[in-house]
Amino acid sequence: MTPTAEPTAGSTRLSYARRRLLNGLAQGGAGLCTLAVLLPLVLIFGYLLVKGFSALNLSFFTQLPKPVGEPGGGMANAIVGTLTLIALACILGLPIGVLAGVFLAEHGHSRLGSTIRFCADVLTGVPSIVIGIYAYTLIVLPTHTFSAYAGGFALAVIMLPIVTRTTEEMVRLVPSTLREAALGLGVPAWRTTLWVVLRTARGGIITGIMLAVARVAGETAPLLFTAFGNQFWHQGLTGPISSLPQQIYTYAISPYEDWHRQAWAGALVLLVLISLTSLAVRLLTRGHARSTL
Amino acid sequence: MSHDVRVPRAVTVPLRRRINVGDGLFRGVTAMFALTILAVLGSIFVVLAFQSRESITTFGWGFLTGTTWDPVFKQFGAWPFVYGTLVSSFLALLQAVPLGVGTAVFLSELATPWLRSPVSFLVELLATIPSVVYGLWGIFVLVPFVRSYVEPVLGATLGFLPFFQGPAYGVGMLTASMVLAVMIVPYITSVTHEILRAVPADQREAALALGATTWEMIRTAVLPYGRTGIIGAVMLGLGRAIGETMAVTMVIGNRSDVSLSLFAPANTMATYDLYVHALIEIGLVLLLVTVVINVLARLLVWSVAAPGARRG
Repeated sequence: MTPTAEPTAGSTRLSYARRRLLNGLAQGGAGLCTLAVLLPLVLIFGYLLVKGFSALNLSFFTQLPKPVGEPGGGMANAIVGTLTLIALACILGLPIGVLAGVFLAEHGHSRLGSTIRFCADVLTGVPSIVIGIYAYTLIVLPTHTFSAYAGGFALAVIMLPIVTRTTEEMVRLVPSTLREAALGLGVPAWRTTLWVVLRTARGGIITGIMLAVARVAGETAPLLFTAFGNQFWHQGLTGPISSLPQQIYTYAISPYEDWHRQAWAGALVLLVLISLTSLAVRLLTRGHARSTL
Repeated sequence: MSHDVRVPRAVTVPLRRRINVGDGLFRGVTAMFALTILAVLGSIFVVLAFQSRESITTFGWGFLTGTTWDPVFKQFGAWPFVYGTLVSSFLALLQAVPLGVGTAVFLSELATPWLRSPVSFLVELLATIPSVVYGLWGIFVLVPFVRSYVEPVLGATLGFLPFFQGPAYGVGMLTASMVLAVMIVPYITSVTHEILRAVPADQREAALALGATTWEMIRTAVLPYGRTGIIGAVMLGLGRAIGETMAVTMVIGNRSDVSLSLFAPANTMATYDLYVHALIEIGLVLLLVTVVINVLARLLVWSVAAPGARRG
């Protein structure tokens, strides 16, 4: 293929210099983009540390919210609430998610498997507030009460596709020779899966669970219509319950300076927990294949 | 059927039947749990559609085109929210796509290996920050900053555009789109990064062998190859932007005249049946829009990225 126009000697030198310049500018531009993207991360963490750290003290973790103007007060009920809701979501979502992931790993090539995998991917893209509305119509409306169960159910629906997909990928990573060896020794297929394959993939599955928990711990929108929030300790699981993100939201949009500081502190606690979990997941899955967001 | 002499006596026909039962049972149980996912997804559509039927039959398409949302007079037109969501998401994409694609290019082509891992981790960390925290930061840090530094500059230079006129609307929409952009950048970056990594090395090497500079190689060999996938990544970001409610609502401050998220009307408690049904219908609209966008996006991305990476 011949080039269309032959540049003269002089203009070749100039155009090459221009190309070098363009190259440098483009590379610098890409670097600047990266810095611009990382800047908010630094800013958010920085502001959280600066503004939130001062409001962190023992009473933050042990006391209930106090009326404005009274010293002290904390988010103890919100922290416990978040842990409760996560526990409920795990009880509901983990067995279904892990076993569904096992099914997809073993029968994923079939048409049913592909359909289910597609549904799981679609489910990850459903906005969390829609899942909250769904849990509201499914549980809150018939039972006529906000409840931790409704909140836990909403969070479980959010967790479900994440746990399923990561379990599937981790189980796929188990070498088939392991499975074949067990089958060759006469171990029934279902026992092979449970005892050999799952045990080998255990670490990966746990990191998948941690990922799902980190995601769900920060959700607010689905809890607004289901768990509803509570300024006091929750009375059993059939009544409204507070949660850390939701408490942060309430404080943040309030007009009180004191509550703003508490919101920063709560956000710091939440972010530290989530970031540590994400870091642990990253370190544990180094070298494994990871799915994109 | 004859048995080998060395086979233990226990392995006779009755035992084999028992083993098969276990296999079938296990497969049935896992299949049942897997079908739960299908059931949940399907039931979300069904439940939302069913619960909003009163609103659908009352307003029909007018729900989407109606411009008045007045619960007191039972007027439920969702167009202001739809419009606000579309505009804020579009603005967010305008900011997030260049930054996201640029960062992905940096990560896949230009970064040294020891830089790639920590930087991509930091970008993914952005995605794990909860929406509330973004909203909190948006209210107390970004809004004052934009009000003091960005808005005057924009008003002075681009004030002829109706968009940047008037204090309330301009700043609210701008700040909200900025927060949204930060939230969706990690998704665009990470998917685009995967796309660019899927470009075969010979494409790059061919361009370099012909004398292209690095940037020219990216521009002519890498980006066009991944173009479909990048569009898919952008649509994925759009889907998330549309579904994002908390941060946007916090930054806008729940003003009912400036409603930028489909969540805004849901912020008040519904007091009568039609109200509840109208809110649920908004949820249904949001669901349909985001699902359609997500499905299209994934189809586009899969057509470029290595099929083995996602499918079995």
